[in-house]
Amino acid sequence: MSIANVLLVDDEVAFVETMTKRLNKRGLDITAAYGGPEALETLDKDPSIEVVILDVKMPIMDGIETLSEIKKKHPLTEVIMLTGHATVDSAIEGMKRGAFDYLMKPCELDQLIEKVKEAAARKHAQEEKIIQARLKNITGRRT
Amino acid sequence: MKDSSPKDNSYYSSLARNLSLTVILVSLTPMILISGLILYQYRISHYEKVEAHLVELVQKHRLDIDVFLKEKLGDIQVLAETFTYAELSDTGFLQDRLQALQKFYNNAFVDLGVVNKDGLQVAYAGPFRLGQALYSEAPWFRPAKTKPYVISDVFLGLRGLPHFVIAVRQTWKEDVWILRATIDFVAFNNLVQNMRIGQTGFAFILNKNGEFQTTPHGSVVSCTHPYPEYLLAATPTRDKVHVFRATNSENRENIYAAAMLKNGEWLLVCQQPVSEAFADFLKAVKLTIVLVLLGGLCIVTMAVYVSRRMVNRVAQADLEKQVMNQQIVETGKLASVGELAAGIAHEINNPVAIMVEEAGWMGDLFEEEEFKQSSNLDEFKRALEQIKTQGKRCKAITHKLLSFARKTDTRIEEVQVGEVIEELVILSAQRAKYSNVAIKTDIEEGLPSLHISQSELQQVILNLINNALDAMEKKGGNLSLSARKEEDHIVIEVADDGPGIPQANLARIFDPFFTTKLVGKGTGLGLSICYGIVKKMGGEITARSSVGKGTTFRISIPCKQ
Repeated sequence: MSIANVLLVDDEVAFVETMTKRLNKRGLDITAAYGGPEALETLDKDPSIEVVILDVKMPIMDGIETLSEIKKKHPLTEVIMLTGHATVDSAIEGMKRGAFDYLMKPCELDQLIEKVKEAAARKHAQEEKIIQARLKNITGRRT
Repeated sequence: MKDSSPKDNSYYSSLARNLSLTVILVSLTPMILISGLILYQYRISHYEKVEAHLVELVQKHRLDIDVFLKEKLGDIQVLAETFTYAELSDTGFLQDRLQALQKFYNNAFVDLGVVNKDGLQVAYAGPFRLGQALYSEAPWFRPAKTKPYVISDVFLGLRGLPHFVIAVRQTWKEDVWILRATIDFVAFNNLVQNMRIGQTGFAFILNKNGEFQTTPHGSVVSCTHPYPEYLLAATPTRDKVHVFRATNSENRENIYAAAMLKNGEWLLVCQQPVSEAFADFLKAVKLTIVLVLLGGLCIVTMAVYVSRRMVNRVAQADLEKQVMNQQIVETGKLASVGELAAGIAHEINNPVAIMVEEAGWMGDLFEEEEFKQSSNLDEFKRALEQIKTQGKRCKAITHKLLSFARKTDTRIEEVQVGEVIEELVILSAQRAKYSNVAIKTDIEEGLPSLHISQSELQQVILNLINNALDAMEKKGGNLSLSARKEEDHIVIEVADDGPGIPQANLARIFDPFFTTKLVGKGTGLGLSICYGIVKKMGGEITARSSVGKGTTFRISIPCKQ
């Protein structure tokens, strides 16, 4: 059983590959995507993904746009933004649009894993609440 | 681009020359014209005055002389009418008549004589022995026989002395006889000689032939027949006085006024040297020339002085413009360098992140069993740790660089002075190290935050730090930054122990474009901008310095109420 099912999105291939190996080694289930459209596609295919780690500065479709799309289609999926300094403002913009948190590159691995765990926990909590609400709804109807 | 090279000296000297010449020309021309016009008018009016004076004089004396002659003539006529030829032919009786005349006329009559139709003097009363003298050949006798009376020209006659004769014709027993009187020449001469015009002017009488009838007091025009010629040339005035100018035997120019008397037989002439008649005018001319020269000198001096000052100002303005152009180029360059640096800093974060992650991955792999036996494991781990540490350092540097490269943000926010100072010290640490400068900070605990623009405060402090580092670049030294609370102000001090600022420059350091750095190195704007920013914050910036000991800049900003 993995700690969390994570989608890692960044246009830097080397970064994605190394991070994948390192996070896998620490018990996270990592799927890699190298751009916004690919990430959305992967999410559509694999509903088990709990957390998305999303780079802000990417070609074609940047992190903010991708985030908006993800939140539109998969509102319960948590997103952690990764950013260089100059895009701090856009990371904050991301927070406003529903990102879970943001981290600055290069980031501490432990810190990242911690954030992922928190994000996954929140997702689970949200899902739990929804299930409870639905159950209440169903039982409420029965009674 | 327009040529901004400094204009050479010849440009400014020709500008100064043209400016001076224009000012001189514009000022001198009207002055000379007006002076000339005034002089011309004055000359005309003065000439008229002199002329009028002479005319008046001549007229008055013409009248006097004519009256004198008519009076004497009248007396002789009365005498001739009153007494008969027989009575007057008696020498004793004639002597009595002469004495009576002399008594009333101050000896104007010298003698009396009765001449018969043949020119023989039949009776004579007077001081000379002229009884029985024959006048048939005398120049006056012939006209005296035909005209009722004759007043002769001055002549020497039988007595050998200058005199003139008044002869009155009478008829007795159908024979013509003549009563003749001689007028004292001295008395008559005095009439004319006493006429003095100015200092050296005088008068004289000429007959029709141009012979002197009185003794002239000075030298007169030397010409055979000058006066009739001049008289013809000169237009007479209404009172028939002729005024003309001529040069006399002494080569002096004189002004003459002449009028006929004795029924056009004699000419009374007044003569005055031009130099004397126009002495006032010549004095005015001299004074005007002196004034024009003095005025001209003043104008020339002022024109040169003012032009030089103006040109110096222009040169200064040109220099400032040139410096400003340089600033604009420099600022543009700096802005693009800043943007470039920001871009690079951001791009560098990605490769650094990859490097750090790769190092992390290697660290992960070292944890596996097969590497645990490696004798160099510790060394590998240390090296990887070092890679991580340096990666973080890169991140810190780019972070500072990016926060500074962002456009100056004038938004007012809560600013912790201590944090700003610490941040800037980190940013400047590398440069300080190369300049061999030790930076020390002394931030008071618990300083209240300021309600100002963080970027502007950063700009001010960084400028002061950079200036201090520039000053200590050669010899190194100590730079201390402190912040403390003083009453309701926060005081920031940036102190160095560099070479200091000379007293003469200290007063000018906040002036725009004032710089002592080499051309192209300093903009001369840094401190003036700092001054502007601090003033805008409602604060004060001051500097104190002593040469050889160092400089301290003190910024005091009021805390938020």
